[in-house]
Amino acid sequence: MTSEVHAAEAPSAGRSIAEIERVVIRFVGDSGDGMQLTGSEFSRALGRSGHFFVTHPDYPSEISAPTGTLFGVSGFQIQLGSDAVLTSGDAPDMMLVMNPAALKTNLGDAKRHATLIVNSGAFTQGNLDKAGYVSNPLEDGSLDGYHLYKIDISGLTAAALANTGLSGREAERCKNYFALGLMLCLYEQSPETVIAEIRTKFGRKKPQLAEANIIALKAGHGYAEASELFVSHYHVRKSQVAPGKYRIVTGNQATAMGCVAASELSGVPLFLGSYPITPATDILHELSGLKHFAVTTFQAEDEIAGICSAIGAAYGGVLGLTTTSGPGMALKTEALGLAVMLEIPLVIINVQRGGPSTGLPTKVEQSDLLQAVYGRNGECPIPVIAAASPADCFDTALEAFRIATKYMTPVIMLSDGGIANAAEPWRIPDVASLAPLPVKFRTDPEGYQPYARDEHLARAWVRPGTPGMEHRVGGLEKDFLTGNISHVPANHQRMVETRAAKVAGIVKDIPPCQPQGPASGDLLIVSWGGTYGAIAQAQEELVAAGHAVAHLHLRHLNPLPADLGDVLRRYKTVLVPEMNLGQLARLLREQCLIDVVSLGKVQGKPFKVSEIFARAVELCGK
Amino acid sequence: MNASIEIKPLTKKDFASDQDVRWCPGCGDYVLLSQLQKLLPTLGVPRENFAFISGIGCSSRFPYYMETYGMHSIHGRAPAIASGLKLARPELSVWVVTGDGDALAIGGNHFIHAMRRNIGLKIVLLNNRIYGLTKGQASPTTEIGTKTKTTPLGNLDRPFSAASVALGAGATFVARVVGSDQPMMAAVLRRAAMHPGTAFVEVLQNCLIFNDGTFEPLTDRSVRDEHRLVLEHGKPLVFGNQRDKGLRLKGMEPEIVSITPGQEKGLIVHDEHARNAGLAFMLSQLETPAFPTAVGVLRDIEAPAGEALYAEQAADITELRGRGNLQKLLASGNPWIIE
Repeated sequence: MTSEVHAAEAPSAGRSIAEIERVVIRFVGDSGDGMQLTGSEFSRALGRSGHFFVTHPDYPSEISAPTGTLFGVSGFQIQLGSDAVLTSGDAPDMMLVMNPAALKTNLGDAKRHATLIVNSGAFTQGNLDKAGYVSNPLEDGSLDGYHLYKIDISGLTAAALANTGLSGREAERCKNYFALGLMLCLYEQSPETVIAEIRTKFGRKKPQLAEANIIALKAGHGYAEASELFVSHYHVRKSQVAPGKYRIVTGNQATAMGCVAASELSGVPLFLGSYPITPATDILHELSGLKHFAVTTFQAEDEIAGICSAIGAAYGGVLGLTTTSGPGMALKTEALGLAVMLEIPLVIINVQRGGPSTGLPTKVEQSDLLQAVYGRNGECPIPVIAAASPADCFDTALEAFRIATKYMTPVIMLSDGGIANAAEPWRIPDVASLAPLPVKFRTDPEGYQPYARDEHLARAWVRPGTPGMEHRVGGLEKDFLTGNISHVPANHQRMVETRAAKVAGIVKDIPPCQPQGPASGDLLIVSWGGTYGAIAQAQEELVAAGHAVAHLHLRHLNPLPADLGDVLRRYKTVLVPEMNLGQLARLLREQCLIDVVSLGKVQGKPFKVSEIFARAVELCGK
Repeated sequence: MNASIEIKPLTKKDFASDQDVRWCPGCGDYVLLSQLQKLLPTLGVPRENFAFISGIGCSSRFPYYMETYGMHSIHGRAPAIASGLKLARPELSVWVVTGDGDALAIGGNHFIHAMRRNIGLKIVLLNNRIYGLTKGQASPTTEIGTKTKTTPLGNLDRPFSAASVALGAGATFVARVVGSDQPMMAAVLRRAAMHPGTAFVEVLQNCLIFNDGTFEPLTDRSVRDEHRLVLEHGKPLVFGNQRDKGLRLKGMEPEIVSITPGQEKGLIVHDEHARNAGLAFMLSQLETPAFPTAVGVLRDIEAPAGEALYAEQAADITELRGRGNLQKLLASGNPWIIE
């Protein structure tokens, strides 16, 4: 959490190298300034050189907000570290600021003595006015106390590109590469791999633009190297990264790959029915580009058709998938009930965002948990699991399909706008090491009853087209065995209880709880979903500070692990931080009959480690 | 000893399930059930390759009575479910049986997009201009002025023409039949079954209980020929007991003219295959009593079926890039090696 700066011996260049364990950097600018690209390229370069990191993009929901305005500010944060980094960091140690609006909206988040590298060229009267600055903060002393570097990034980029024949406007758009070059140099990275990537990215289609960006990148790198401005460059010690092949992965990418993996491992094609919605749409984008696998994507006319087409496909004997976010989840509710009645495998992925209603489309929240567990008419149990981090989305998606096919049930996987768009390095798994995903279709008509069940209470999956097994299914209550319509009172009771018992029975596949830290003590912090990183980090720091605090992360939210109640009781206090007003806390109170302390945050931003740390210390003191 | 395997041709009986049919006695839905049970054994498709998908409403009970695969789903969503099924399993013959409320009110969006995509679904809409299962409320096809439980002072909302909606959404096969006209229903259903792409058949049908007589002008033997315009491809538009009336165009408007039988010059000649849907649309808009109601095939054009396009695109990209390899996919996106 804290960046420890150790001044090291100055190397040959006569400049000091600051050794740091961990650093939080934020890139902020106008949404047209390319901050997301700059941040991603920067992280990729650092990942290549063996660093752990987690990134967090924070962009406005407007596609192209008016330039220079406060609501058009786009940010990208990265935490780099020499040991496992679990979050994108609390407060920036360093901020690259491209215009006054970005300074105004982000300065409050920065550490007290943070380093600010500011594009002074953008601090024109017009931009200052748009940001609501009465006087220029770069001149009026209001930034005293920060390490302020005023660099005319716009002007220097324009000068570097003076002879390229680019218009002023075009040259202006290359300034993010100047900034990237500068940042790479400050963190001791050579520009070469980025140059190679620019060539691959723009080279063929827009060679002139590629060259201009390369010139800007080199100019920025050279500027940081040559200028006397920077007293120190920064060296983040390389991590103890396990050997292997790594890539950067976002939660949505990992989710899409997990779904493809489920199809490849089972040998059953995948069908995605989906309607575009932020922040889930990237999964549809990713899978739409993978039709050379056994993948069909269907951009439906609405959320309802998204899930219904997936139900139709699953009925047809393929892996049915639908992806959405909160408001879309609400629309899919009736069809979820149908899938429960049909008892067919189906995976529903809800990439949660701020709610209710349209809420905060691009911001993170975890407030759809109770909707996932309970939000349907009738007694309508559905297993719910949640991903903890971008890379964990891969395993979680795979597990969702394992449960769905083994138990013949819809499964809800919860992700969130934070982990969906956040990125981290991922050690690429060896496909041969992934557990098999066996799927059986019944083809023997002898003695077949559509609702007869196996030892897991799952009915058989029968593909239409199988001779001698023609049968009808539907949303009306059905006979316990034949599946024919039944309004018999005792039969309904039996069916309701059986569906509940089937989902409850998944508990036998859930591994016992394994809290990190002491097996009993003052405090247990329970996390689910995307709060994993901040809580894991906080627990480490709490233990380091001498507190008897453990951390338990829950992937399975319905059913909950069988030994959960026992584990919770081993601690004096249980703290449940959530990006909602206490939804898991309610579930724990209800299902484990134990009181817990809820810490709710609904600000569209993930928890800071310090927020959890502070609340935990208070509770330990009791 | 070798057991000899006797392959019996399928019959109507093979398509009847063991479930009691629970429509009201005399309901027109029985006619469709009987016609489809007669038709399906003749199509050369194995019984197990038929799937019937329905939504909610009287008509949507249909799948329970067919000894095929079937799903009685949720209100209005059958076209979406059927689209997913057909895309996943193009070899199946997928039928949707729906009603005026199911297809045109709650399911209107799925209905029009099914028409747009032209996925090979056979959609049969039983239009009785009323909600039956909920016991008599106005539907999107209820005529203006009709008194129902929700319109006790008379319906104010203008009705849809189901065929017009389908044509407006780009349907490649649109037909309309009167429910009591069994020969025409048999012929039209057969053509729908053979059509690649979405085939839409509207069945005009009586509801004895809640909307009795709504199509009487089209069913009453004494007057029906005055009110039905039976469409035949390549033939002039002639109707009437004595076949003494025809339709011609006056500017952009149709008008009825008296003709001497056999003297059909100047009349509109029906063209099912016209690429432009204008003629079919105009015919779908003719309303009794001002005009005869057009029945038969309004439109039948060739267009690639949606599921074929999906399959072709996947095949093309697979040929270009090779069958996807999971390990390569996981390692895409500029990976690096840590020693």
